[in-house]
Formats: sequence, C-alpha cells, structure tokens
Amino acid sequence: MSATDVLSCEFENPVMPYLRQERLPHIWCPGCGIGTTVNCFTRALADSGMDLDKVAIVSGIGCTGRVAGYMNLDSFHTTHGRAIPFATGLKLANPELKVVVYSGDGDLSAIGGNHLIHAARRNMDLMVVCVNNFTYGMTGGQVAPTTPLGATQTTMPYGNFETPFNLPFLADACGAVYVARWTVYHVKQLAKAMLEGLKKKGFVFIEAMAPCPTLYSRRNRLGDGVDQLKYYKEKSKIVNGANTKDVGLSLFQGDIVVGKFVDRERPTWLDAMNEHFTQHFGEKFTPYGVSHAQD
Amino acid sequence: MSDAAPVKKGKGTIFLTLEVCKGCSYCIDFCPAHCLEFSREFNRKGYHYPVLASPEDCTGCDLCGLYCPDFAIFGMRFKDIEQRRQAAAPEPLIPARG
Repeated sequence: MSATDVLSCEFENPVMPYLRQERLPHIWCPGCGIGTTVNCFTRALADSGMDLDKVAIVSGIGCTGRVAGYMNLDSFHTTHGRAIPFATGLKLANPELKVVVYSGDGDLSAIGGNHLIHAARRNMDLMVVCVNNFTYGMTGGQVAPTTPLGATQTTMPYGNFETPFNLPFLADACGAVYVARWTVYHVKQLAKAMLEGLKKKGFVFIEAMAPCPTLYSRRNRLGDGVDQLKYYKEKSKIVNGANTKDVGLSLFQGDIVVGKFVDRERPTWLDAMNEHFTQHFGEKFTPYGVSHAQD
Repeated sequence: MSDAAPVKKGKGTIFLTLEVCKGCSYCIDFCPAHCLEFSREFNRKGYHYPVLASPEDCTGCDLCGLYCPDFAIFGMRFKDIEQRRQAAAPEPLIPARG
C-alpha cells in the first residue's frame, strides 16, 4: 500500500455530520485539546442516538466558546459568563430540549461562577462541559481561577500565588448530580462520561482538562500539546467515586485525580416546582414540562 | 507485500484529509499499534501530516480519529469498509479549504 492510497479520502469522517463543515478547519491552535473534546462530544452524541433537533448547545466567550459555532446543532454563543443563564432559560422555555453548556474554565468559573453554583444548587437539567486549560487562552494568557500555584502567566510573571478552584468540589458542594473529571488523554472515558451526561437528568458537570500549547505551556516551558498529554498520561490516577475534596489541582504539574466522582439522584428544578405547586394547589395546577421526550 | 513471513495481517487503515491537519502528533504518539509517523512532505498549510508507516500493524481501531482535534484523520477496519462499499456508493468528502 503506497502513501497515496492512504491519503485518498473515499469515506466521510464519521464525526462530519455533527459538525458545520463549511466552518472547518477551526481556529484552535495546533496541539490544542479543545478539538479532541469536541470529537469526544460528537462520538457521545452519535452513541446516544438522540434526535439532534432536540439537543441545543450554548457556550460563552473564549476559545472553548467557539464550540457552539462548530457543532451542527441549534446553538447560541452568549455573552461572557452567561452561558448557564441562557441555557436555563432555553431549558425552561422548552423542557423537551437537552441543553448542553460547553465552555471554558474562565467563562464558567470566573465570570460565570455565580451562575454555575446557582444552577448546580437548583439542579437545573443541564449538561455542563468545562474545558479547563488553566488560563485565559483567547485574551493572552492571564491568570484564571484554575491556574495552579507557581505557574507563570502574563499577569503573574513570577508565578501564581492564588489558590485555584477545585471545580469538581465546587460543583459537588453546590449539589450537582453528576461530577466527573477527565483529561484529553482519556478520550474513551471522556466520551463515555459525556454519553452518561447526555442521558442523565439534572445538573451534570464534566471537567475536561486540555492543554493550551500557545499560552499556558509556552509560558511555563512545558513543550507542545502532546507533551502535556504525556504528562496527563504519566501523572493521572483514575479514582472513581473519590472524595471531591481531595481532587484539587493546586500543585503545578502535580498529580491529577480523574474519574467519575459523583453520580446521584436529586429532583430537578422543574420536578421540584411541579411537586411543590401540586401540593399547594392540587388539581388547579397543571404541571409544566413533564414529558421529557428523550427520557 | 512480500510473502516472506508477514508478521501481522493488517486489519484496517486510516483516512486523512491532509489539508486540515495541523501536525499536532496526537495520533502519532498515542497510536496503540505505533504504526503512524510524520510525512516528509508538507501540506498546504505547512505542517507535516501523519502517514501510515507500517500498514500491516494498523488495526483500524479509530483511536487516532478520537484523538484528532482537527477531525482530519480516522481509522476503519477493512471489513467495515467492505460493508460500506457494498451498502451504498460512498459520498465524497468535502474539499478542504486552504
């Protein structure tokens, strides 16, 4: 078999029907992990067998915010940090939709941090995918709330001294029903977690660690994107059901605990509201949005 | 292929849209069969793209397809390829933009 045989494209890539092909190639840097998480998400969508008209994707601002523009779904690219409020409105206006919030760590935990904790507290029926690259990629590598201690950033040239967020712990403490963390190295597990998240009812939080070769890795002299993936491979330990208190990523290039941490059941906001008003008003109240088409 | 002791029979192959590849080497470094390597040529954007260096080792497991951030590469097993060829006329891939 010659090299030209291999390069001839006879078949379409199986992920192509899920992407807006006229927008490709995408803008992400070579070695960026966001594309891989999108790849996992398309596989999860394909495996879930969901009607794509019943899935909506919402994203905020940032490199990861671009995902909404590349997915061949109903999508909205919201203002900075406001992906979850928009998704909440979308979900409540049309409870048949499965709404996916796909955004970065800066958008979800810094600017939209308040919305994240309150959506988790209410157990809004959303799936939140947080691509954590430890920095603000699009604006030039400023310190994010997830930057590990000691990492050099443009706004912390002598190393970061602020204690970062432990995002799975935050989501767990606020009441998310499904919390998982995987890295871009664990593609199969990430795709499976996204599939479980699509099937799960309630607030699902999936943290996907991704390398940022252009800003985070280059500022810290960590090599290319693939070198970060090798670090994930070497230092990550799979502990399913680990106490989320112990899974923080505060050490620079330290150990990573990955896995599915939380999987529990709680009534969603709509279920709680329907139950509450049915108790109060009895037959006079018509429950709202009880038929979930995809359940 | 020569008939002198084939070490492993190939089970699959890869397909690549080489113009969208950005040469991140995820597929090359994490191929479980270690059968990919960088090409000597550049694509139109100036990146080295992966080529199937040892086609007899490729199992068509599609892990390269799952890793690829640019949706450029994917693997397929020969039996699935045959199945698809028999099922319908394959659709052409979109032309890559430079």
